[in-house]
Amino acid sequence: MEHKNINLNLKVWRQKNNQDAGHFETYKAENISTEMSFLEMFDVLNEKLIKEGQEPVAFDHDCREGICGMCSMYINGRAHGPWQGTTTCQLHMRAFSEGETVTVEPWRAGAFPVIKDLVVDRSAFDRIQQAGGYVSVNTGNAVDGNALPINKDNADAAFAAAACIGCGACVAACKNSSAMLFTSAKVSQYSLLPQGEPERKTRVLNMIAQMDKEGFGACTNTGACEAECPKEISIANIARLNREYLAAQFSL
Amino acid sequence: MKENKIPAGELSQKWSTYKSTCKLVNPANKRNIDIIVVGTGLAGASAAATLAELGYKVKTFCFQDSGRRAHSIAAQGGINAAKNYQNDGDSVFRLFYDTIKGGDYRAREGNVHRLAEVSGNIIDQCVAQGVPFAREYGGLLSNRSFGGTQVQRTFYAAGQTGQQLLLGAYSAQMRQVSLGNIKEHNRHEMLDLVIIDGKARGIIARNLVTGEIERHGAHAVLLCTGGYGNVFFLSTNAMGSNVTAAWKAHKKGAYFGNPCFTQIHPTCIPVSGDHQSKLTLMSESLRNDGRIWVPKKAGDTRKPGDIPEEERDYYLERRYPAFGNLVPRDVASRAAKERCDAGFGVGASKMAVYLDYASAIIRYGKTECSKQGIANADDATIKRLGKQVVKEKYGNLFDMYAKITGEDPYEVPMRIYPAVHYTMGGLWVDYELMTTVPGLYALGEANFSDHGANRLGASALMQGLADGYFVIPYTIGNFLADEIRTPRIDTNHAAFAEAEKAVQDRVQHFISNKGTKSVDHYHKLLGKIMWDKCGMARNKQGLQEAIQEIRALREEFWKEVKVPGVANGFNPELDKAGRVADFLELGELMCMDALNREESCGGHFREEHQTEDGEALRHDDQFMYVACWENKGNHQWELHKEDLKYDVIHPSQRNYK
Repeated sequence: MEHKNINLNLKVWRQKNNQDAGHFETYKAENISTEMSFLEMFDVLNEKLIKEGQEPVAFDHDCREGICGMCSMYINGRAHGPWQGTTTCQLHMRAFSEGETVTVEPWRAGAFPVIKDLVVDRSAFDRIQQAGGYVSVNTGNAVDGNALPINKDNADAAFAAAACIGCGACVAACKNSSAMLFTSAKVSQYSLLPQGEPERKTRVLNMIAQMDKEGFGACTNTGACEAECPKEISIANIARLNREYLAAQFSL
Repeated sequence: MKENKIPAGELSQKWSTYKSTCKLVNPANKRNIDIIVVGTGLAGASAAATLAELGYKVKTFCFQDSGRRAHSIAAQGGINAAKNYQNDGDSVFRLFYDTIKGGDYRAREGNVHRLAEVSGNIIDQCVAQGVPFAREYGGLLSNRSFGGTQVQRTFYAAGQTGQQLLLGAYSAQMRQVSLGNIKEHNRHEMLDLVIIDGKARGIIARNLVTGEIERHGAHAVLLCTGGYGNVFFLSTNAMGSNVTAAWKAHKKGAYFGNPCFTQIHPTCIPVSGDHQSKLTLMSESLRNDGRIWVPKKAGDTRKPGDIPEEERDYYLERRYPAFGNLVPRDVASRAAKERCDAGFGVGASKMAVYLDYASAIIRYGKTECSKQGIANADDATIKRLGKQVVKEKYGNLFDMYAKITGEDPYEVPMRIYPAVHYTMGGLWVDYELMTTVPGLYALGEANFSDHGANRLGASALMQGLADGYFVIPYTIGNFLADEIRTPRIDTNHAAFAEAEKAVQDRVQHFISNKGTKSVDHYHKLLGKIMWDKCGMARNKQGLQEAIQEIRALREEFWKEVKVPGVANGFNPELDKAGRVADFLELGELMCMDALNREESCGGHFREEHQTEDGEALRHDDQFMYVACWENKGNHQWELHKEDLKYDVIHPSQRNYK
């Protein structure tokens, strides 16, 4: 692959802590190889800031291979930036052109308070999972794995929903800051599988209740979540969640 | 040397004998016992959930913002289990045998047999949790093959098996959090171990958001903190993966086992420049269908598509006809290095080989045409249908490759090169997974126990979950049964104060040091020393030099490192500084261990010890032991040896030809 070096203007959100009002700072990123990942470009910026005696930009990241769900930058008005189905860590600099101004913000949602700079608190997702995102089966209870055949279509659909990495891009992209795509992916995974059947109704009710309690907004079917999801989780999961929710309400 | 506590008796009966004779703790007493679990990957999450289900009070710690982000999540290919669902001759014994052989006869028979015994239960448990494994049209579980074996025993969920298994364990953990049996401490890092009266009784942790140094007491401490591959700076580990918790335990008395045993994974995306922050693995499962080759002519600059079939060297198939592209990882890695060093490498850096899917696409395409009843299909149809099959099997991996390199792997062969991936070495543990410090356990990659000198593919997930779901719940009871009279641990004890002070002093040193160079600067230098001199090939002179260089670098680091920001707040540079300080000590020990082991085995290749055709040459008469290093302070270590006894398997030179 041919590569070259480019220069960028970065407008980065800086915020000392969750009490601070925060503001944009402008930095020059020079001689950036188009082979770099977006986060490697931030490594270069931070190395420069440290040398100059400034505090580096704090951002969340860990696996840098698109699966841990830790990275979370809002780039030029899009969660995880311009590439479809891609996390920030897998976005590469060949997506940008010479002289471009790139704006980088944290996820913005009431339920995701900023911790510092581009780092937000997503523990609300853990609490939604705690409300029912599991099968109540203690270790040692299981029967033989093949004693429970599951038709391939359902298994595949459950997997596609379970591929959610819990990054929160759906919330960041949504004008209502709704967590419906995240919640529906988990509910769908279990409602498509026989293992999820015994707790099917309580699960959906409890997870929705927790989601509301955390202060996430309502879903108005705009579809921004699906468009920005790095794992391309389908909005059909939200439709399934709604069906599950209705069925559970009427029958309890 | 501490007793390894392998139960007496016939190999296949050891674990059942142990389970039916170990001490138990009654449910009422369990409620009064606290257990700390550090790390929430497969081993940590499965252990935390299972121990909480049993009734113990568990506290979990992880440096990420959620337990679900631990690096187990990135495991791609699969998990082994001796289910023999394929009726292809698999059995517990065969999995045991393959693992011992794959590890080049440097693992314990007792541990590995237990691992093989519980492997099937893991699959059952994960299915029960709703883990969406790949299935066949008949609704049953699907399998694929992996390196170093001749049966299909690997269960998988596309190229995201680690993710699905971890989310399964995480869901069990979240359930226990909601029931109040687990208290989570996310964005926390363990910075010291607290020992009272010779037993592990707690940890000192730093809250990475507020910077507060906290004391946490417990009756036992489990380290499930993964491996230390990031000592090389560039590895397939996550950016935050580190050795700190294990290293602190080592400095407080836990022996470190076989630190030099590092796994270099053969199929990773090559380094593209100095800016590189980590390396990305392309699952070993790709070697199922992909063919690895280099041009027959050294320095060939033609595009891969322009090199005709007869001018390609499928060197793995040539050297190892029996296993071909599916030789174990250490063998495949060395073979790639050998070709590149000899000048046959490809790509801009010439440090890469091709992983080619062209023939697999044709093969699958033809099968698909036959399935769909398309007679006399043209090449374009065959290719199109073949690509669809490959996409279904490996789509996410191909997408990842395309994003990183900007090339389309369906059209152009992928370029790959070996990279540091896993560490077989780790804290020494006995059969009960207890370290040399009573009450301190190490699970998963953090311990040294099951993979010998080389781990087979799809065995890390198996070991992490075996330790957490099925081993520790029994073995910890054997220790805790004698602790039921121990009240809740008092964190006002002097040992806590002392450990806390040491942690605070160190944090203060970093923050107030008037250095000039960043933490990464030192980490990269250390990584280069390690990769050049303690990497895929090692020799006496290089290792001796490396030890001197690391010592000098460490000294400079403490004087010259610059950590911006504050101690009492969110400060990732400070977190990194502590981790790199520990890597700078570990690196020296790894080189010492590699220097001591005057043989080649598994991932440890000493250039002085090879056969005529360049294969690893073991010296069983001298080195059939686990090297257990005791920290004596001031960068001094004492070597203890645990002899490995093979009652059932007769070690031989590994042969994959």
